[in-house]
Amino acid sequence: MPEVIPPDSVGIVTPQVAQFDIPLTLECGKQLNSFQLMYETYGELNADRSNAVLICHALSGHHHAAGYHSMEDSKPGWWDSCIGPGKPIDTNKFFVVSLNNLGGCAGSTGPASINPETGKAYGPDFPVVTVQDWVRSQAMLADRLNIPHWAAVIGGSLGGMQALQWSIEYPDRVHNAAVIASTPRLSAQNIAFNEVARKAITSDPNFHEGRYGEHTTYPDKGLMLARMVGHITYLSNASMGEKFGRDLRAQTLKFGLLDVQFEVESYLHYQGERFSKNFDANTYLLMTRALDYFDPARAHDGDLSKALEPAKCKYLVVSFTTDWRFPPDRSEELVNAMVEAKKSVSYAEVDSPHGHDAFLIPTQRYMDVFHGFMGRVAKEIPHAR
Amino acid sequence: MRADLSIIKDWVQPGTEVLDLGCGDGTLLDYLQTHKQVRGYGLEISSENITECLRKGVNVIEQDLDSKGLSNFKDKSFDMVVMTQALQAVRQPDILLDEMLRLGKECIITFPNFGYWRLRYYLARKGQMPVSKTLPYTWYNTPNIHLCTFKDFEELCYQKNIHILHRTVVDDEHRTNWLNQLWPNLLGQIAIYHVTR
Repeated sequence: MPEVIPPDSVGIVTPQVAQFDIPLTLECGKQLNSFQLMYETYGELNADRSNAVLICHALSGHHHAAGYHSMEDSKPGWWDSCIGPGKPIDTNKFFVVSLNNLGGCAGSTGPASINPETGKAYGPDFPVVTVQDWVRSQAMLADRLNIPHWAAVIGGSLGGMQALQWSIEYPDRVHNAAVIASTPRLSAQNIAFNEVARKAITSDPNFHEGRYGEHTTYPDKGLMLARMVGHITYLSNASMGEKFGRDLRAQTLKFGLLDVQFEVESYLHYQGERFSKNFDANTYLLMTRALDYFDPARAHDGDLSKALEPAKCKYLVVSFTTDWRFPPDRSEELVNAMVEAKKSVSYAEVDSPHGHDAFLIPTQRYMDVFHGFMGRVAKEIPHAR
Repeated sequence: MRADLSIIKDWVQPGTEVLDLGCGDGTLLDYLQTHKQVRGYGLEISSENITECLRKGVNVIEQDLDSKGLSNFKDKSFDMVVMTQALQAVRQPDILLDEMLRLGKECIITFPNFGYWRLRYYLARKGQMPVSKTLPYTWYNTPNIHLCTFKDFEELCYQKNIHILHRTVVDDEHRTNWLNQLWPNLLGQIAIYHVTR
């Protein structure tokens, strides 16, 4: 809990809801006749509406990216390290919009929401959403907020995929895009990890084919396992070693097969349990599927540079040396395709021990790169505040 | 702007596409973008320089020429490939030269001329590896592992059928004069070459 709000925080923020009663046809062919998106904004939109920045969230993220909801909050928003006065995404200069994606479980319409046509929760009947669908719904939110174009669309991991999709789908509405710790498409290994996570959820006896709501049960064990697997891939061996090593919780070995003995086990249990209490299992399935499906090159016979052709923005691509979920060579693949397509792109491979999670951690080099890029974005805004 | 860069800029045609290997803080590309509508990318490994390029709005790609080479770029993807003061510091300068000419129609290369009379004199008189303004390192901590002379470089170009379009030499103040143009290998401190296949 913050006793005082730090001066570089956006402070106390209140989420807002945008209700859309306009039908949205999804990539899977199904249609949502109405939906809502939960979002937050930080900073002020300038008079000519040219300083808006969109933050796209990663797998388990949501609209609460910065600041606190109340003085009782134990933690600020998930990307508070990068958003605020004087931070790379400087709220003295930018108007920041962050939302919970469609299919999410933090206030936007998703599997846990009531389907107005049946009066019951969607559950597993909620249509499969893709990165493209998210970007389209985000464009509807931009229209609602009267934001003609974004000074920058920014995201890490799955958020980076959304930033990339924005640049391809709405080239005239994106001036800059930052794709951080991301990839133009998942590798077989990535999909394999996602499948383990999904299998953990769907094989929980409480899953009931996604209708756990109707059975008043919850597949928390499965979701916990899914998150534990995910969490291992977010850290590096080095950061895990540094955090926990082979430290034992008690002084001696218990020689029990079921006891939690090592600190790292205890940590994973804690993370998994906390997550399973706060996250909807069907949403987790949807989000991992959206990750698997993302591949803008697919429509161009695998030629990524062709897929990038429509883009007009200036790109920043950042990778982290110890990220083994989306390692630097995946970012390099993207950068090479951007060069081939003659796009404006800068690329930095940041040395960090923190694995995939490094994109959330404000290390010096990373912040320098981000500041450098966003400083230039701010300068481009005609009437920077 | 560094004087060798101001000579180079005159050899770059407006509106062309340039790859600058070891682009430093992006000064050359920034100039070419602003004044000659050149589009381009710089490759760089120093984090300070990369941040400075980002500030300037120069496209910079973090890439180590020595370990990664240039194989990620396609044949003939640039009009001009530039490398200033780095040839002598790479592991395989001859292969890099081939690679530069694979990527670009034309290349500009600058390097310190080890045939400069003062360096020869230093070695002859002292019997030690020369230390000078253009080569300020001692033998054990120098990044320069493949020093060559003007003549050496031209011989390499001859062997590889590389055509020299322009060449000039400058002194450590980056000035040209009739003397160093007359005896470039002896009187030139920095060699500047404009080559093509």
